[in-house]
Amino acid sequence: MTTHTKPIPTITAELRPFFDAAKRRELMVQRCRSCQTLRFPAREICSQCLSREVEWVAVSGRGEVFSYNVMHQVYHPGFATEVPYAVVVVKLDEGAKMISNLVGVAPRDIRIGMRVEVVFEDVSDEVTLPKFRPAD
Amino acid sequence: MSLKGRGAIVGLGITPQGKVYDSNHVGFAVEAVRLALEDAGLQRGDLDGLLLNPGLTWADQGMGSFQLQQAMGLRNLRLSASMNLGGATACAMIQQAVEAIDAGLCRTVACVFSDAPLKPPTPKTERSGGGGGSAGAYGFARGLDAAYGQFGVNAMYAMVARRHMHLYGTTNDHLGAIAVAERQWANRNPMAQFHDTPMTLAEYHRSRWVVEPFHLFDCCLVSNGGLAVIVTAADRARDLAQRPVYVWGMGQGHPGGDPAETLTSGAVLAKEAAFRMAGVGLADIGVVELYDCYTFTVLVCLEDYGFCTKGEGGPFVADGKTAPGGSLPLNTGGGQLSSFYMWGMTPVSEAVIQLRGAGGARQVPDAQVALVSGNGGILSTHSTLIMSNQPS
Repeated sequence: MTTHTKPIPTITAELRPFFDAAKRRELMVQRCRSCQTLRFPAREICSQCLSREVEWVAVSGRGEVFSYNVMHQVYHPGFATEVPYAVVVVKLDEGAKMISNLVGVAPRDIRIGMRVEVVFEDVSDEVTLPKFRPAD
Repeated sequence: MSLKGRGAIVGLGITPQGKVYDSNHVGFAVEAVRLALEDAGLQRGDLDGLLLNPGLTWADQGMGSFQLQQAMGLRNLRLSASMNLGGATACAMIQQAVEAIDAGLCRTVACVFSDAPLKPPTPKTERSGGGGGSAGAYGFARGLDAAYGQFGVNAMYAMVARRHMHLYGTTNDHLGAIAVAERQWANRNPMAQFHDTPMTLAEYHRSRWVVEPFHLFDCCLVSNGGLAVIVTAADRARDLAQRPVYVWGMGQGHPGGDPAETLTSGAVLAKEAAFRMAGVGLADIGVVELYDCYTFTVLVCLEDYGFCTKGEGGPFVADGKTAPGGSLPLNTGGGQLSSFYMWGMTPVSEAVIQLRGAGGARQVPDAQVALVSGNGGILSTHSTLIMSNQPS
């Protein structure tokens, strides 16, 4: 593995199940046990029904590009050689949205509504990041 | 009983704005209040209320309004608070002041914003092309976002703007029309940071991308400085130094949820109470000062206030009607895109200047009623003021 110079996320207690799952090549989000609403990023309390009862569930990893931007400004030296790069919001088929990157597609070819599926990138011994690639 | 016309802005203080490095956030706030008192013909001892919107550099200083009180030797205040709804705070502070004054809790309130996020250039930042100050100040990332390179407010707003473009066909020509019109107003405002720099639509397009779909000139300035207004009861305002600017209507709207889904600001909620209280309609508005953290924010708020229908904001502004001489005078000092960025205090101050008839080369003839908005977060918080130079 080449040295990863981008920010590596801290594995907080709240996000531990997400990162453990990513390491297993599985995408997980939270689900409220009371009203079944999916949510990501992790929250202690469901904003729909205020229940604290929560579980982590695997999702298909398939969805579509809900929106995207193309970053030209460098805010962290780890991205200096990568600009312009795209950040996407993926709306999973199950409903939750997540911020991510697309691999295997140039920023100018990204479209809202484009079908995508999850891939996994090991960025350190501990951290694996879910990203997405175009899908049929 | 309606609060229409019960309170008025009687003093305005604006410190030097922009790349000004000889003061910190507290110093700018003190100076802004001093200038506003002087403008109103009031003394420090006349103040019995202090509301502060702490900018970014106040972050580590708890009890900001108390810090400011001590810094300027105020005694025996009857109202004091730090408030933070982002860019919606300025109008909300004025609302709070009018309510407290009308309830008899206090008589004369200073509402203040200050910030000093820009640092003097160093050889290192000069080499990197400058701009590091503003990028750094608003370039924070939340949680996992940094790992994916999603930094800063620009990037978050860009996601919402892209949806608007996708659903309604909004283009950079549309966003650019707003930027160019505001620049034309700034060219008539000697206090504007871009007073001496004209801009065509072609120059807007040539400006570098910050984060697509935003060019540099879609994004507001970042400014050091302070800005304060003095609010008092209408019956007292008439005896002071300046022509009073009366608060006719006010409201707030904080919709919650995901703005990328709704493509709608809190203006839809906030305008109801404000227009009902003021007893006016859009046709009565002579000058419009909309919060402009981005060109896109202005476009959405024009839709949400009902100047055009949802999705029609792009074609609505494309003909230049918001520029000097156009049918809808908008952000007449150059706005936060081209004059200076004091969060929501920039549009408030320009409305006061216009309603006093003190706009000089940019004065809108016969401006009697102004609509002012504040917007915070990512279309998350919103406040509205309707003000007039007529008592009622």
